Amino acid sequence: MLIRLEHIEKTYGTPDHPVPVLHDVNFCMEEGEYYAVMGPSGSGKSTLMNILGYLDTPTAGWYYFEDVDNAKANDVQMAKIRNEKIGFVFQSFHLLQQRRAWENVALPLLYANVPKRERRERAEQALIEVGLEDRMEFYPNQLSGGQCQRVAIARAICSRPKLLLADEPTGALDSKSGQQIMDIFDELHDRGISIIMITHELAVAERARRMLHIYDGVLSGGAV
Amino acid sequence: MLENFREAFDGIRSHKLRSALTMLGIIIGIASIIAISSTIMGTNEQIKQNLVGSGSNVVTVRLYQGDYPFESSWSTVPEYVPLLTDETLSEVRKVDEIVSASYFTQRDAYGQIWYGNKALSSGTIYGVDDAYLSVQGYTVRAGRGFTENDFSAFRKVALIDETVSAALFAGENPIGKPIEIRGEPYTVIGEFTRASAFKPTVNTLQDYFTYNTSTGGKVLIPMSTWPVLFRFDEPVSLALRAVSTDAMTDAGRKAEELLNATILKEDAEVRYKSENLLEQAKNLQELSSATNRQLILVAGISLIVGGIGVMNIMLVSVTERTPEIGLKKALGARRRRISAQFLIEAGVLTCLGGILGVLVGVGLAYGISKMSGVPIFISWYIIAATVVFSFIIGMVFGAIPAYRAARLDPIEALRHE
Repeated sequence: MLIRLEHIEKTYGTPDHPVPVLHDVNFCMEEGEYYAVMGPSGSGKSTLMNILGYLDTPTAGWYYFEDVDNAKANDVQMAKIRNEKIGFVFQSFHLLQQRRAWENVALPLLYANVPKRERRERAEQALIEVGLEDRMEFYPNQLSGGQCQRVAIARAICSRPKLLLADEPTGALDSKSGQQIMDIFDELHDRGISIIMITHELAVAERARRMLHIYDGVLSGGAV
Repeated sequence: MLENFREAFDGIRSHKLRSALTMLGIIIGIASIIAISSTIMGTNEQIKQNLVGSGSNVVTVRLYQGDYPFESSWSTVPEYVPLLTDETLSEVRKVDEIVSASYFTQRDAYGQIWYGNKALSSGTIYGVDDAYLSVQGYTVRAGRGFTENDFSAFRKVALIDETVSAALFAGENPIGKPIEIRGEPYTVIGEFTRASAFKPTVNTLQDYFTYNTSTGGKVLIPMSTWPVLFRFDEPVSLALRAVSTDAMTDAGRKAEELLNATILKEDAEVRYKSENLLEQAKNLQELSSATNRQLILVAGISLIVGGIGVMNIMLVSVTERTPEIGLKKALGARRRRISAQFLIEAGVLTCLGGILGVLVGVGLAYGISKMSGVPIFISWYIIAATVVFSFIIGMVFGAIPAYRAARLDPIEALRHE
């Protein structure tokens, strides 16, 4: 079992004025599965994503990642888990403009203190996987939006994470580029990478093998 | 670490104008510190050179009555002060700090030296031995110096310096001309000059009084003819050349001890004293430094203002780069790394400002020196210290922005567009 969420609660706000966001979320995921999480804005899908990605901690409940409960992990431990086990793909790419494509890709390796030569080799490998081996030395502003997102995907996979978390990965792209990105996700899934993708587009969500819906902080599952 | 510096330079490069303006405060602060300290040190060096003589390292040991030089025109030497013997002199010459030594007698020449109907208004007559010129570092510019015969044959010959030459001969060639010293005819055989073209720099009236005595004219005659003019048994002074400027104090003190050992009375009022010009120079320097230290303090305050400017901009920079910080944290960068990035950026910024400030300051110092004639002295030590100090300012004032960057919540930071 890769992920197991049990009775996850997340509440924002002050104790006097609590704002509940997630309520009794239960969810299991095996390694190699490909999930899409759908829901309207404000439904709590981003919060769920943050908790899954160790960017945030739940108010209550248990979160087992590879059968280990890390819900009480401290800042440094969470940074380590994010660095080693999770790859993030964001809607707006979040590439560093002053860095070449391969340097952007190698960023997680930098934080894992991988030596430079190896960083470059692994970044090159990851860029080959997303079909951008000829854009190694390009800066983000020399790349199209679709290419930027592919660089971001390469960055997410180059540290060989257990889980790929994608937050509206096609949200900022035209449909053709979006298709390419989805094709890449398919390929990654075929190679056994576990993926959870957040989206509000049904067409995108249908590319996943399983779909979850979230409304007002309550998660309900269903296969595509 | 290397990557941290790269990140820092990225930040600076991507906002060139803003970085330059931020540095301005530091540049001005450092520049004024460099300019002020260069002028202070230049002035100090000048005082030292004025008093000590530029590198001639000569110390004079002479008889003092209490706190004042013993004046043999007015009083006779007490009996408990015997004449200096050659043994004492050879002992003095053996002192490690002393290169060479010469003995001489001196009298005020006021109204005693004439050429035709012109009298020398101020000056000193020296009875000297054959080593005197070389110990003092004087060179004969025209004519000749003393020869052994001049001493042994009691020749009445004299060497004059430029001041005397100008006062008595006014452009005429003095060589071979007769002058009258206390009514005795002496022939001018040469004109001497200080080896290093040394003249005290006189900027103020105070300087004038300080250095007045050393600017009066000098007339040298062979020691052997001294009794023709004055008495036998005149008190003898010593001129010593020390191995280095810093050794002058020790050389003088040791010679003084050796000479005083010959005095037959304990706690005598008339004793030998070395004229410790180095010490005098130090006192004068301290006087001038004290006022300038306050100036440096003021410049230091401008550095703090500059530092606050850096902090301000770094805070803006943190806000601006919130998404970048969020991303880095999401990818596993630890707080320490994020704060190091901003700390180093602030440090590099101020360090660059410091280096530019040094350049501006040195330029400024040269400008001041050109305009006012005040000498300057550029110290590598001060330059290194100010650059390091400006880096420290960056680290100190970068601390709050760096802390804020490190504390950013990655979720908030990523959402920030």
